[in-house]
Amino acid sequence: MAAVPTSHVLIVAALLLGIGTFGVLLRRNLLFMLLSIEIMLNGAALAFIGAAARWQQPDGQVFVVFIMAMAAAEVAVGLALFLRIHRRASTLDADALDSLRG
Amino acid sequence: MTEVFYIASAVAVITALLAVTRANALHAVLYLVLSLFALAVDFLALGAPFIAALEIVVYAGAIVVVILFVMMMVAGAAVATERERRWLPPRAWVVPSLLAAGLAVLTVVGLSSAGDQAVAAAAVGPREVGAALFTTYLIGVELASVLLLAGLAGAYHLAASDQRSRPSGRTD
Repeated sequence: MAAVPTSHVLIVAALLLGIGTFGVLLRRNLLFMLLSIEIMLNGAALAFIGAAARWQQPDGQVFVVFIMAMAAAEVAVGLALFLRIHRRASTLDADALDSLRG
Repeated sequence: MTEVFYIASAVAVITALLAVTRANALHAVLYLVLSLFALAVDFLALGAPFIAALEIVVYAGAIVVVILFVMMMVAGAAVATERERRWLPPRAWVVPSLLAAGLAVLTVVGLSSAGDQAVAAAAVGPREVGAALFTTYLIGVELASVLLLAGLAGAYHLAASDQRSRPSGRTD
């Protein structure tokens, strides 16, 4: 059975990371920025899984479990901030939140 | 499993690209779910069945559903497709595309020499992952649970109403 080279797994992970970066830079809606960060985290998770499969060790999978716990906490706090900003500034536009500008 | 990996990877990358470029927020979230499912198939093909199940249960099942809930709460504002289109004029695409494409090309070029060592086809099952998780990485599990508790408390505090009446009879 022909197997997948490690570099191909890492290339897919890099593409997902690039797409996430693209989304964070492109979108102005805070919700889409959160979605893009999720895609970036998934790219990192894929790199860990590829390394775990490459060396046949469970450690990479353990780190993906930690990434998921971190993503859950990040989404909870991020969405709470999102609701707060929506309630206070009644906008979702990241560019409009410039009240700290001197 | 080789073909499965390449097909699922193509689906994951294309749906991720669609998710970040759609103007309709609901469509974007559904594309994200599709991307997560394709990635779960990837994990399965790379011999990580436990993480594949977690990807569907935790990511697609819990995290994305929370995002959908919040989207429904601010429905009028978040699902406004027209305004989202207005925020994405053609000139807004240029710089992010160039920057992200440059980053992706550099990383891909750098990684293509990462070695043709094939990833092993044998699966590392939940038993090994659980054993490593609760022996070697036990302190990490404890820290993750503290992080989740802090996230819960922080989210509750941040999302609580602004108009909460402060105790008026404070003696200070």
